[in-house]
Amino acid sequence: MLPRLAARTRAAALLCGSLLLVACTDGPWNNPNPPTPEGLVTYQSMISPAPPKHLDPAISYASDESLILMQIYEPPMGYHFLKRPYELIPLGVEDFPRITYLNASGEEIDPDQEEVAFSRYRLTVRADARYQPHPAFAVDEAGAPRYVFSEPEQGSRFTQISDFPHTGSRAVRANDYVYAIKRLADPFNGSPMLGFMAQYIVGMEEFSDQLQDIQRDGWLDLDQFPMLGLEVIDERTFDITIKGRYPQFSYWLAMHFFSPIPPEVDRFFRNPGFINRNLTLDWWPVGSGPFMMVKNDPNSEIVLERNPNFREDYYPSEGAPGDAEQGLLDDAGKRLPLVDRAVFRLEKEVLSLWTKFLQGYYDRSGENHGNTNRVFDQAFVVGPDGVELSAEMADRNISVSPDVKPALYYYGFNMRDPVVGGYSEEKRKLRRALQIAFDTEEYLNIFYKGNGIAAHTPIPPGIPGFVDGEAGINPYVYDWVDGGPKRKSIEHAQQLLVEAGYPNGRDARTGEPLKIFIDVQSQAISNTSMNWIDRAFARIGVQVEYRPADWNRTREKLLTGNTQIYSHGWLADYPDPENFLFLLFGPESPLLCKCDGANNSNYESEEYDALFRAMRVLPPGAERETIVARMVDLFREDAVWLFAYYPKDIYLNNSWVHNNKRHGISKSTLKYVRIDETLREQKRAQWNQPVTWPLYAGAVLLIALLLPGIIAYRRRLQATARQ
Amino acid sequence: MFAYIVRRLLYAIPILIGVNLLTFTLFFVVNSPDDMAASQLGDKYVTPEAIENWKQKNGYDKPLFLNPDVAGLARLTDTIFFDKSVRLFAFDFGRSESGRDITTDVASRMWPSLAVALPTFLVGIGVNICVALMVVMFHGTRLDRGAVFLFVALMSISYLFYIIGGQFLVAKTWRLVPISGFHAEGQVWKFLILPVLVGVVAGIGAGARWYRTLFLEEANQDYVRTARAKGCSELTILFRHILPNALIPILTGVVVLIPSLFMGSLLIESFFGIPGLGSYMLDAINSQDFAIVRSMVFIGSILYILGLLLTDISYTWADPRVRLS
Repeated sequence: MLPRLAARTRAAALLCGSLLLVACTDGPWNNPNPPTPEGLVTYQSMISPAPPKHLDPAISYASDESLILMQIYEPPMGYHFLKRPYELIPLGVEDFPRITYLNASGEEIDPDQEEVAFSRYRLTVRADARYQPHPAFAVDEAGAPRYVFSEPEQGSRFTQISDFPHTGSRAVRANDYVYAIKRLADPFNGSPMLGFMAQYIVGMEEFSDQLQDIQRDGWLDLDQFPMLGLEVIDERTFDITIKGRYPQFSYWLAMHFFSPIPPEVDRFFRNPGFINRNLTLDWWPVGSGPFMMVKNDPNSEIVLERNPNFREDYYPSEGAPGDAEQGLLDDAGKRLPLVDRAVFRLEKEVLSLWTKFLQGYYDRSGENHGNTNRVFDQAFVVGPDGVELSAEMADRNISVSPDVKPALYYYGFNMRDPVVGGYSEEKRKLRRALQIAFDTEEYLNIFYKGNGIAAHTPIPPGIPGFVDGEAGINPYVYDWVDGGPKRKSIEHAQQLLVEAGYPNGRDARTGEPLKIFIDVQSQAISNTSMNWIDRAFARIGVQVEYRPADWNRTREKLLTGNTQIYSHGWLADYPDPENFLFLLFGPESPLLCKCDGANNSNYESEEYDALFRAMRVLPPGAERETIVARMVDLFREDAVWLFAYYPKDIYLNNSWVHNNKRHGISKSTLKYVRIDETLREQKRAQWNQPVTWPLYAGAVLLIALLLPGIIAYRRRLQATARQ
Repeated sequence: MFAYIVRRLLYAIPILIGVNLLTFTLFFVVNSPDDMAASQLGDKYVTPEAIENWKQKNGYDKPLFLNPDVAGLARLTDTIFFDKSVRLFAFDFGRSESGRDITTDVASRMWPSLAVALPTFLVGIGVNICVALMVVMFHGTRLDRGAVFLFVALMSISYLFYIIGGQFLVAKTWRLVPISGFHAEGQVWKFLILPVLVGVVAGIGAGARWYRTLFLEEANQDYVRTARAKGCSELTILFRHILPNALIPILTGVVVLIPSLFMGSLLIESFFGIPGLGSYMLDAINSQDFAIVRSMVFIGSILYILGLLLTDISYTWADPRVRLS
């Protein structure tokens, strides 16, 4: 009996020990975050739903990746954090580019007098810009680089950047920017910018062709190969020469593709064997920005820390109207960045993300993707003024940052389709009838909780060329009634159908019902929305058939023009109407360019194309605005898209996070974020008190389940044979 | 036995080639190399030259199975299939389409998978066997019938329900453990409690019901009646007599899973944010990363074959009458 008692006592002690262990952990039991270093203010965020695939500024072209890259690198230009419309500012360079125009002989000319053959952009690097501490810059006593190896074995003990005991740093040089552009041109890197930029930067294509034929064994020093359009003037000054005039090039200079890359960093990561341990520039960015990467585990988290060598940069002292009232200028003049550390954890599931946000373990509800998911519905209620925060959110002092992205989602007609395409008046009327029948506002309210704005033009709000109010409506689909746009009546749509040769939705010649085909991406549309679309078109007697496919097949159809109505989207690269109007530029048709062109509608209009070419090279001004307005008119007149909307994202911020203004274009905003750590700790403790009764209830339930069994077992053991 | 093991390992080679061929065919029926290139390069400004350049850089610029432009054996060897498959047999998994070394990633992700799968597996077997034996002890009674009803009910519930329900109750409402996450340093156990609990509870219905069937078959044997007549206690009968005799079918279902534990679970890892091989595979499928998919299927096949071999060997341990030859 005694040994059995002893065993039971041991088991009970073990259980109590386990419970004590749970009780003795730091902070709330459900805290998913490891302890942060003492004294460092940490911003807690997420990457969702997938980790970044590329962090090499020459290769990366995804907004999730920009979120990390733009905190580490400083391209020549950037955007003002607060001002709207979006305003370019110098970032890695001292001032705006000084542009000179050249003729075909390379002589400077007055652009108003002569035809421009080339534009030369002269940039001067900031004197105080320095790189983060990194082993690539480490030198020995003789000044030679410490970590340049000839054999894989020499560096085999290093698996993380933190394994290197020595680091160094240096000032950013003009040549680093030039080297970065050469990396874009190097076919070995496979930059998505190569094809596009080679159209503009002088000598880029030839440079790329030259490198294509070179046999490589390890690092290739691109400084040994000149590129015609790039010139280093002195330690801090360089020129980029582009073909013709392209005012939008300044916006491109604000993208991470143009961030400086020191040749020694490129050489460091080309050490033999490094790639086999994932020691590459694609995973360990090295920059001169406000933060530096200290951990990159794409399976769980990316950790950034303040770059101790970051230049002097201060919070802006002026912003857009209303910013001061919202407290967005409270930190004016403070040295940036305002946090010491940022942790981005991989979060794949929305339920986990949302729960952790509500528990206070994430400072914001999202970074790149708005909260239009159903899990977030509980955060909102429909009030008299529309959708507003629920009482629970309001009690927690959670604030909202709405963000109308400079983006578009649309369903477009294939203008080469024999049924809905074409440019005759009948075809236009048919498309307009379909446009009227598709009630975009109702669609957005039902399926997107109102998080979108019906588009009257391809240019979203906040971009020059967007016109609000009565002057901005699409007069073919809307009327201006009682101070707002009102969709034309179904009767009007039916009349248009009659005029188009489809009375009551039937072909007047054959009597066949009109059936339209919509190519949809399988994951992007639900049965309920398809039912809604069916009903919308049934009102004018038109039948709909869906052709669902994955993205690969949809892309194939677009490339071959084998579609009637398709869905697509576009997120702006820069805040200029050109970046949206080119979606309808004739030569961008996949059928013409034999590429993934942006004009998936295969829209062809000589007038539109001519206007686009003219607008593209014009500086902002009245002349440009007039051209843009005419292009928008043509788009409406020809009824190129079935419907379009500007997506509206809603981001929630916990009360301890400050300076929450969203920037639709730039991701370089982490340095402005301020965290009240004391309040965060206090709220986390308050919100995460564990509920312990289920533990006791569980124990009681277990006993209740086992006890009858034990009793029955004992009874059976003691039973006589007769029983 | 050694000859048997060698023979079985040799049999594995054609099986692995077949699996590889099947994976390759299925993957490229859905995705062409052009699709993969476009997916990796993004949606914007993708030129045909960029696609060709990507394919060339990543070795997808050759024909899939047969190269008509060359002569002799090179027709078969100068193809994507040959290039990508042969290296697998040397356990050289190469790099993912995003450039990361797959062997390094697999080595680092294997441990979180094991950290969840091993306790779930061990605790699950223990609980299922104990519950099944207890139910067998009360065979024919209301307790038995109630237990069978409960097992069927538990089996009928979707695995997702257990996961989301567990997260909602234990992590969100009661705030007892983190809802998801994993940190190798520090308190790993607190991230494992919930996924292990969910895994065990979700498996009780099917597991205990299956074991009950096995044990019942043994419980009606003559040797059990003899043991009972001899005066053995019920516990002795269950654990000393019935359990060892029911081991062969149990081993058939259990040992084969042991090597596969390294591969993790797709659902559990995704929902609980465990950075294991299960979520690695899922991410690779979503991002059309053929290099990872191919490697993971290959590793999975090897582990499964290894599991089958171990199962055969375990029979000799469980039943000395079994001889492998």
